[in-house]
Amino acid sequence: MMPYKVLVVDDELDFLETIVKRLERRRITVTGVASGEEALKQLETFPVDVVILDVKMPGMDGLETLRRIKRRWPFVEVILLTGHGSVESGIQGMELGAYDYVMKPAKLGDLIAKVEQAYERKRLREKQSQ
Amino acid sequence: MPHEGYRNLRLKIIATTLTFSLIPLFVLGASIYYQFHQSYSSKIHENLRAMAENRRHALDLFFDERISQLTTVAYTMTFDRVTAPGTLERLYDLIQSRSKYYVDLGVIDENGEHVAYCGPYKLKGLNYRDTDWFQSVIARGTYISDVFLGFRKVPHFIIAVARREDDHTWVLRATINTDLFEAMVRAAQTGRKGDAFLLNRDFVYQTAPRFHGGLLEKNTSLQLPMFMGTRLIEHAMEGRRLLVAATWLENKEWLLVVEQDPGEELLPLFRTRHLTIGLMTAGVIAVVFGTVLVSQLMIRQLIRADREKAELDANLMQSAKLAAVGKLAAGIAHEINNPLAVIREKAGWIRDLLEEEDIQSSDNFAEFADAVEKIEAHVERARTVTHRLLGFARRMEPVEEEVDLHRVLDETIAFLENEARHRNIAIHKEYMADEPTIISDSSQLQQVFLNIINNAIDAVEQDGDIWVRTHRDGKKNSITVEIADNGPGIPPEHLSKIFDPFFTTKRTGSGTGLGLSISYSIVKKLGGEIVVKSNRPKGAVFTLSFPARQGAD
Repeated sequence: MMPYKVLVVDDELDFLETIVKRLERRRITVTGVASGEEALKQLETFPVDVVILDVKMPGMDGLETLRRIKRRWPFVEVILLTGHGSVESGIQGMELGAYDYVMKPAKLGDLIAKVEQAYERKRLREKQSQ
Repeated sequence: MPHEGYRNLRLKIIATTLTFSLIPLFVLGASIYYQFHQSYSSKIHENLRAMAENRRHALDLFFDERISQLTTVAYTMTFDRVTAPGTLERLYDLIQSRSKYYVDLGVIDENGEHVAYCGPYKLKGLNYRDTDWFQSVIARGTYISDVFLGFRKVPHFIIAVARREDDHTWVLRATINTDLFEAMVRAAQTGRKGDAFLLNRDFVYQTAPRFHGGLLEKNTSLQLPMFMGTRLIEHAMEGRRLLVAATWLENKEWLLVVEQDPGEELLPLFRTRHLTIGLMTAGVIAVVFGTVLVSQLMIRQLIRADREKAELDANLMQSAKLAAVGKLAAGIAHEINNPLAVIREKAGWIRDLLEEEDIQSSDNFAEFADAVEKIEAHVERARTVTHRLLGFARRMEPVEEEVDLHRVLDETIAFLENEARHRNIAIHKEYMADEPTIISDSSQLQQVFLNIINNAIDAVEQDGDIWVRTHRDGKKNSITVEIADNGPGIPPEHLSKIFDPFFTTKRTGSGTGLGLSISYSIVKKLGGEIVVKSNRPKGAVFTLSFPARQGAD
């Protein structure tokens, strides 16, 4: 198993289900939830290293969820999945502390590479803060 | 507005303006002329009346003077003295020394016997007892005769006064020089066609008229009864209009007639009429000319304004259309991206599963693998389209940097040169002399130039030329880039759609129809203008203009 844990947040259930299966297949510990509220609840009981977060969701949207995650768990890294190729929301997300953003539909390989980089940064920052 | 509409409008303007300027002009001209005519005519009438009355006074005075002269003579003499030899001669000389009116002087006794005579004729001894005038002078004391030929067959008239002396009466008689008398009347003749004469009660000429008839002939056209004062008559005579003043003398029943040709008298009025008509004509010409000129200027201005408005409308419509289509495209792209993501993940999942050994041994493994690869390839293709669409709709703020247009063009052309050389297309650079520096976004500019030059290469296809020109437009303070080709040009029906998204003439699959659309929105965002012109079959010209950097030179 990979040393990091991942949480995927996306309201598109088909997408969520498949990406979770594919990541598990690559020996990654992963959980999937369909909304920002669920993500926050999940993080309370199941801490992860990297969150893959869809920007556009009904209810609490990606940026708001990101803001709350960063407030509560500053070391958790977030990668934004953006449906509309708006650089604006990507940049806004980065300003709020996201590690990076990926445009949908993304290749799984690219995504995993970003997850690993994000995990590396998290470890580095945790070490620095000790 | 169509051509016909402009013409109708112009005619309407001309008609209205002419109506409102010419009618007052005519009314003014006509009323001034009418007023002038009235006052001038009445002045002429007054003049004529005054002249006639003046003459009448003069003639009356003349008769008065003659009568009083003769009366004075008669009453200062006795019959015996006046008939004494030499007396009458002395009297005649005395009277004649002051005035030359008298032709002769005679004394007639109560029996009508001409007892004394002084004058050029041999009248002594004639008897007048039975003549009317002798009866009349005996009865009334004074007498003025009509003009008559008398014994001598010479026109003359006589004035006689009777002197009552004790129980008998004698008469002093004088013949009056008609020439002098006529001269007095003729003094009232004016102009070349005016006339003045005297008529007696039977309308027989007492003085010779200038025209129509002679002395002692009867006047047939003026048959006026006795009246007081002076009458003005408009009188037609042999087709000529005459203005006539007539007045009866007081001392003798003679009618003084003064005729005037109004045509002659009214000459200044006719001159005024000609002047008025001339001025009016000039005024009308000026007004018509001015109206036509002004309407032409107005219509020209209107046509220009309409054309500018149409261009502005077309521009605005294009912008609005692009904005709307852009929004729509972004919405669609976004909605499509989500299912695409799902499809990609599902295909990925199948690919993952295909890696398992038992499936790899299946007969159809190759088919599965191939299908998954195709699905992924086409997801990628769809993704390219949606990302371009989103890029097109993206409201990214352009970077503001100093850009050397020539450098950007050089880089872009270098990028395309291989392709051009391959197709035997020459790209000619005709740059302006100085460095055109503008504030813009070089990468976005490059995208625009790439799009347009690439299109030009596609249009030319094989063996041709492309010109890239830059120059400065001092008037608008802008830098212009012209990209021209000698390809087949753009059909007119395509010109209006060329910047629309998804409009393409290229084969399906080889062009998205977004290139020029994106170029258009980039240029607009950079504060520039892009215009296309095509002169088939001589190729197309894209003209881009960007605001020059303030204070660059």
